[in-house]
Amino acid sequence: MREISVHKITEVIERMCIEANTQLPGDVKCAIETCRACEDGSIAKGVLDKIIENYNIAGQENVPICQDTGMACVFLEIGQDVHFIDGNLADAVDEGVRRGYTNGYLRKSVVADPIRRGNTGDNTPAMLYTEIVPGDQVKITVGPKGFGSENMSQLRMFKPSAGLQGIKDFILEVVEAAGPNPCPPIVVGVGVGGTFDKAALLAKKAIMRPLDQRNPDPFYADLEAEMLEKVNALGIGPQGFGGKTTAIALNIETMATHIAGMPCAVNINCHVTRHKTEVL
Amino acid sequence: MEKHITLPLTPELAKTLKAGDTVYLTGTIYTSRDAGHKRMCEALARGEELPFDPENTTIYYVGPTPAKPGQVIGSAGPTTSGRMDAYAPTMLSVGARGMIGKGARLPEVVEAMKKYSGVYFGAIGGAGALLAKCIKSCELIAYEDLGAEALRKLYVEEMPVFVIIDCEGNDLYKMGRAEYLADKK
Repeated sequence: MREISVHKITEVIERMCIEANTQLPGDVKCAIETCRACEDGSIAKGVLDKIIENYNIAGQENVPICQDTGMACVFLEIGQDVHFIDGNLADAVDEGVRRGYTNGYLRKSVVADPIRRGNTGDNTPAMLYTEIVPGDQVKITVGPKGFGSENMSQLRMFKPSAGLQGIKDFILEVVEAAGPNPCPPIVVGVGVGGTFDKAALLAKKAIMRPLDQRNPDPFYADLEAEMLEKVNALGIGPQGFGGKTTAIALNIETMATHIAGMPCAVNINCHVTRHKTEVL
Repeated sequence: MEKHITLPLTPELAKTLKAGDTVYLTGTIYTSRDAGHKRMCEALARGEELPFDPENTTIYYVGPTPAKPGQVIGSAGPTTSGRMDAYAPTMLSVGARGMIGKGARLPEVVEAMKKYSGVYFGAIGGAGALLAKCIKSCELIAYEDLGAEALRKLYVEEMPVFVIIDCEGNDLYKMGRAEYLADKK
């Protein structure tokens, strides 16, 4: 049994919230710069140049890339041989978010009640997912999620007879409906299978996966490439002004599902796709 | 076309701007998003005055991050404009003319823009660090309790925006995409 103090979790989450919001990950930069090299339209190229200039300024000056510093999505993969000491784990995660968003001058974008509203003032609570895995390590992923793109996401419960074509059509339908709203170029996360809730979680995990990593199953890796091409053929382009680059990546995650169903969730993320992973 | 303009946005100036123009704005603008617009429209409904004179103003849909020590303002890119669609026709009807945001607008907003010579500008969504560089002063003027959503008066210099919808109702989102798809054929 390995003991880990929850104070350590707080400290790491605080730092990761700040770094995730100010330093765009290398895989995302690389995807944007590759797309910039392929664009021909003058407005599209100009927009991508400004996007690159923006994340360079943010990185150098340690300021948020985007003012929507998001809800703090936190994924913990906890080795079953880990024992947390010195306090409550969920409270420690929230404390890390509270300190990160306060000390890092990040925007507090969370309301305490979905209908009655009221800002919590410290960006808590985190959207926390925990998973028990073999081993004695803790893998932490922090992904601040903005809502311009989150609001354009959708989930549908398909009949199995809809088949692969149903999923393909749905992905395009969601991107089309999103249009210019989610700050294209976007990252498309697709979750297929599981139950209603699991499909949404798979889609969220899909946008947390590095953009240069394809699905290990060749069937889905091919589908990712095919659908990225089809999404980009829509012509929505950077910021919706028209162009080749509507999406910089499309990741698909899947799992088993029921004989009667085929849930599919499409989670949209903007070009400021923030994900940061560390292992304790 | 590339244009450099000085605010306020008079009807005469508004009519010279066309969808697809790249515009660099210099002058005073005001910030407001969902909660601020709701309060302003409620105030107008009660017959009260707004916290600022709306005539020929431009409103930036933004909720900035807190300023770090030494900064005028934190990162300050546009938020999705569609959430202000319920309030925009009312704001245009009292003289506010320019809107800066990102994303699609409803037909009723476009109709109000045609009626009152309104202009909808797009700033680059997700470019908050870059856009903050154009903001030279920032003063909180009302609704402080709304935090990031409070009303602020900004002075901007050469702020880069695009005319998305002009006062004739032409729409860059439709035009730009159609042009790209036509070229590809």
